[in-house]
Amino acid sequence: MSDREHVNGEIRTVIANHARLPVDVATLSDGADLFEAGMTSHASVNLMLALEDHFDVEFPDTMLTRGVFQSIGAIEDALLELQGRAAA
Amino acid sequence: MSVAVSRDQEFLQGIARIAVDAAAPNADEVDREARFPVESITALREAQALSAFVPSELGGGGVSFEAIAAACFELGRSCGASAMVFAMHQIQVATIVRHLEPDSWFEHYLRDIASEQRLIASVTSEVGTGGDMSRSIAAVEPVGEGRWQFEKQAPTVSYGAHADDLLTTLRRSPKAEPGDQVCVLTKRGQHELQQTGTWDPLGMRGTCSPGNVVRAELPLEQVLSTGFATVMNESMVPISHILWSHLWLGIATDAFDRARAFVRAAAKRKPGEPLPMAIRLSQLMSELSLLRAEVSSGLAAFVAASAGDRSELSQMSTILRFNNLKIAASEQAPRVCTGALGVCGIVGFKNDTPFSVGRHLRDTMSACLMVANERIHETNASLLLIAKEV
Ligand SMILES: Cc1cc2nc3c(=O)[nH]c(=O)nc-3n(C[C@H](O)[C@H](O)[C@H](O)COP(=O)(O)OP(=O)(O)OC[C@H]3O[C@@H](n4cnc5c(N)ncnc54)[C@H](O)[C@@H]3O)c2cc1C
Repeated sequence: MSDREHVNGEIRTVIANHARLPVDVATLSDGADLFEAGMTSHASVNLMLALEDHFDVEFPDTMLTRGVFQSIGAIEDALLELQGRAAA
Repeated sequence: MSVAVSRDQEFLQGIARIAVDAAAPNADEVDREARFPVESITALREAQALSAFVPSELGGGGVSFEAIAAACFELGRSCGASAMVFAMHQIQVATIVRHLEPDSWFEHYLRDIASEQRLIASVTSEVGTGGDMSRSIAAVEPVGEGRWQFEKQAPTVSYGAHADDLLTTLRRSPKAEPGDQVCVLTKRGQHELQQTGTWDPLGMRGTCSPGNVVRAELPLEQVLSTGFATVMNESMVPISHILWSHLWLGIATDAFDRARAFVRAAAKRKPGEPLPMAIRLSQLMSELSLLRAEVSSGLAAFVAASAGDRSELSQMSTILRFNNLKIAASEQAPRVCTGALGVCGIVGFKNDTPFSVGRHLRDTMSACLMVANERIHETNASLLLIAKEV
C-alpha cells in the first residue's frame, strides 16, 4: 500500500470518529465537500485536533482554513505536505 | 494629492456636513419616536453616499474602505441609528463589491445602486438559529424556468420597510445542510415583507427593526456565485465587526465629549475650585483610548489582510481577531457611556439637557446582542483550541 493510500485510510477513520457526519464516511469520495456533507464548524475544529494528535503534527495557522479541511483529498495533501516538510 | 485621497476627503467632508445638519438635529426625535432617520438617509442619497464604495468604473464614488469606516464613526457621533443604517447598507455593498464576477447580474446591480441610490437591508438572522449567521433553516427552492423562491422567518430586519432591496442568507436547496448556504439579492417588487411584531426597543430605536416573514421569487442570476462560507469569512463578518465598532466608537466619543463639555462648564462657573468629576473624566479618557486603539488596529489589520489574495482572512487566527474586535468594542462602548453618565450626574441622566447621555448608553447596549457575544465566545473558545499565533 502506498503512503497516500495508507494516509487516506487513516484520515477516513479519524473523520468517522470525530467529524460527526450524518452520513457514512465510506460513501464519500476524496473530493466530496465535508461541510456540504454536514460537518459543522465546531466539529471541524475537533477533527483538526484529532488529526494533529493522530498524525503527531501541528497545522500552522496558514493551513488552518476551511479550504484545507474541506475534503478528504485536501486533508491528505496538507498532511503529506507537513510530513514532507518534517522529512526534508 | 492623489485622486484617491482627495476623493476620500471630499466624501468625508460631505459626511461631516450631513452628520451636523441632518443627523444630529433629529437624533433625539428619531430615538423618542422610534422612527426612521429619514433626514439623514435622504441627505446621504443626495450626496451619492449610498454608492460611495461602488467602484468609479461602475458609476460609484470609489472611496476607500477606511473612508467608509470613518464615515460610520462620524455619523455615530451624531445619531447612532443613522450610522447603523448607513453601516448595514455598506456591509451589503462591500460584500457584493468584493465578490463581484465580471459581467454578472451583480455588476449591473451595482450600477443601479449608483444611479438610483438604492438602500439594501440585511436578512441574515433567522428564527431558530438566532444570530448564528453560519446556519440557515429557510432554503431557496426552484420553481421552474430558472426561477427560485424562498420564505424566511426573520426576527429582526432593520429598516426593512424603508429599504429598496434585501440581501438574504438561505440554504442552497431544500436538501442542503444548515451550513451549506447562499446569499441572494432581491429587489423591491420581487419580495414581500410581512411584519410579525412591533418595534419598541431599549436602544437603536431609529433602525426600525421588527420581525418579518420574507417571501420572494427571483431568477437564479441573483444568487451570489461565491460560496457563502468564503463571503462570510473574507467580507461579511469582518466588515460588520469593523463598521459596527466604528459607529459604537462614534457614539461613545460623543458621550465622552458631552462629559467633557459638562466638566468645562463647571470649571468655568467656579474657576480654581477642585473638581472631583475632572478626575473621573480623565479616567474615562483612558477607557475611550482603549476602545479607539482596538477599533483602529482592527481596521488596519483588515486593510492589510485584504491587500493580497485575502487568504489570511480565512485563517482561524484571523477569524479570532475580528471576533474579538466585536466582543471588545461592544463591551467597551457602553462602559464609556456609563462613565460619561457618572461624570455628568443628573444632567446626563435627564433626556433634555446638552449633557444627556441616556440615548448613547441605550444605543450602545444593543452592541452585545447584535449577534450575541456568548455565541461569538463559543466560536472563539473552539478556535482557540487549534489556532497557533493569536
Ligand atoms: C439593533 C439591532 C438591529 C439588528 N438588525 C438586524 C438586521 O437588520 N438583520 C438581521 O439579520 N439581524 C439583525 N439583528 C441581529 C438579530 O436581531 C439578533 O442577532 C438575532 O435575532 C439573535 O437573536 P437573540 O438575541 O435571540 O440571540 P440568539 O443568538 O438566538 O441567542 C439567544 C440567547 O442565548 C444566548 N446564547 C446564544 N448562543 C449561546 C452560546 N453558544 N452560549 C451561551 N449563550 C448563548 C445569547 O446570549 C442570548 O441571550 C439586529 C440586532 C440589533 C440589536
